[in-house]
Amino acid sequence: MTGMMKVRLGIGRDDYKVPPGLYAVGKPDNNSPVLVTANYKLSLDSLRCELSGLQAWIAVLDTRGINVWCAAGKGTFGTAELASRINALRLRRLVNHNVLILPQLGAPGIAAHEVLKLCGFKVIYGPVRACDIKEFLNNGMKASPEMRKVSFVLKERAVLVPIELVHNIKPMLLIYSVLLVLNLASGKHQSFSIAAGMAFLNFIPYLSAFLIGCAAVPLLLPWIPFRSFALKGLLLGLMPAAFVLLYPETFGCSDDSWLFKASYLFTVPAAASFLSLNFTGSTTYTSLSGVKKEMKYALKPYIAAGALGLILIAADSITRLLF
Amino acid sequence: MENKYIRNVSTLKLEDEKCIGCGMCAAVCPHQLLFMQDGKSAVRDKDMCMECGACAKNCPTSAISVECGVGCAVAVLNGLFRKSSPECESGSIFKKRKGCC
Repeated sequence: MTGMMKVRLGIGRDDYKVPPGLYAVGKPDNNSPVLVTANYKLSLDSLRCELSGLQAWIAVLDTRGINVWCAAGKGTFGTAELASRINALRLRRLVNHNVLILPQLGAPGIAAHEVLKLCGFKVIYGPVRACDIKEFLNNGMKASPEMRKVSFVLKERAVLVPIELVHNIKPMLLIYSVLLVLNLASGKHQSFSIAAGMAFLNFIPYLSAFLIGCAAVPLLLPWIPFRSFALKGLLLGLMPAAFVLLYPETFGCSDDSWLFKASYLFTVPAAASFLSLNFTGSTTYTSLSGVKKEMKYALKPYIAAGALGLILIAADSITRLLF
Repeated sequence: MENKYIRNVSTLKLEDEKCIGCGMCAAVCPHQLLFMQDGKSAVRDKDMCMECGACAKNCPTSAISVECGVGCAVAVLNGLFRKSSPECESGSIFKKRKGCC
């Protein structure tokens, strides 16, 4: 359980490798099925767990500790690795059949017809999810259409939120630091703690953008209008920006600092949009062509919004120093 | 509710005359938009295609082609700034995202 939490929070996530090779579930013999997976600890553990009570062989490929789907995309869960691993394990001597059961999500890396040529084993694609494997085996290795479909339901999106938050925390700390420096440099505040508190009020809209991109968009994904992730994030990101203009005191903005207030209108929606667009990498349904199209339209506005925001903040500081 | 991504961008192409009806593409498609009809492969809803490339890779007659890759903004940015193909390897300008690969 702690291991799982660490993985989800991204602590030492690169160290979740298991040794590649052949593993046994129960007491398999030469008629037992052979299943193939990646040497990512979570992949092997879930497969083993789902197979408990059965007798089976598990051939673990060297995917450098990366899960099946991502490794298939990179080609490490691939035809060459599979064929050479099967040959090296001398599987033909161990079992008297020639069937390998692969996770369906390994298919982007594996050419089944080439595997047959290279090592004499026939590839059968099993279900997408390990939890369907028993039913698949009991049905004579037939997967139902439901077993063949990837999903991206609320629960699957929710487990991604912690890692999104952890991964994007550094730029947020940087933004807070800049706001703190501006507050200290303004000379308005009597003590460090007052300046720090005021900087935090200034920071709340950015914190909102962070929570929109890393939590709200992932969680509410299908219910937010637009198919584009950049637009989903932009739509939600306009809300904290509007709040700053409506209630500036709440966010530590004095009435005379209209340049500073205006900066939020550009930086906050852009940040929320950018963080939301970044979430495409964690979904199960976005395409490269789609993300390229989004980036083509969004990149220049992001750069412009960021630059404009910085200019407004700088102009605000300069006018304060001069007048 | 079903998640749907941007319309009319998928590079998936199916050449009917090359298809031998083996059904591998329909088996591996993670969004089940490829299916078998009258002994041949057919496309149901092309906008659901995420360009994973599983169908093309497993087609023994190369009847299917798709420009496959990861639908990941960070990978696309890396590709833009290094003028190479989109990828999210470590050591790139934008750090390897831990949420995805």
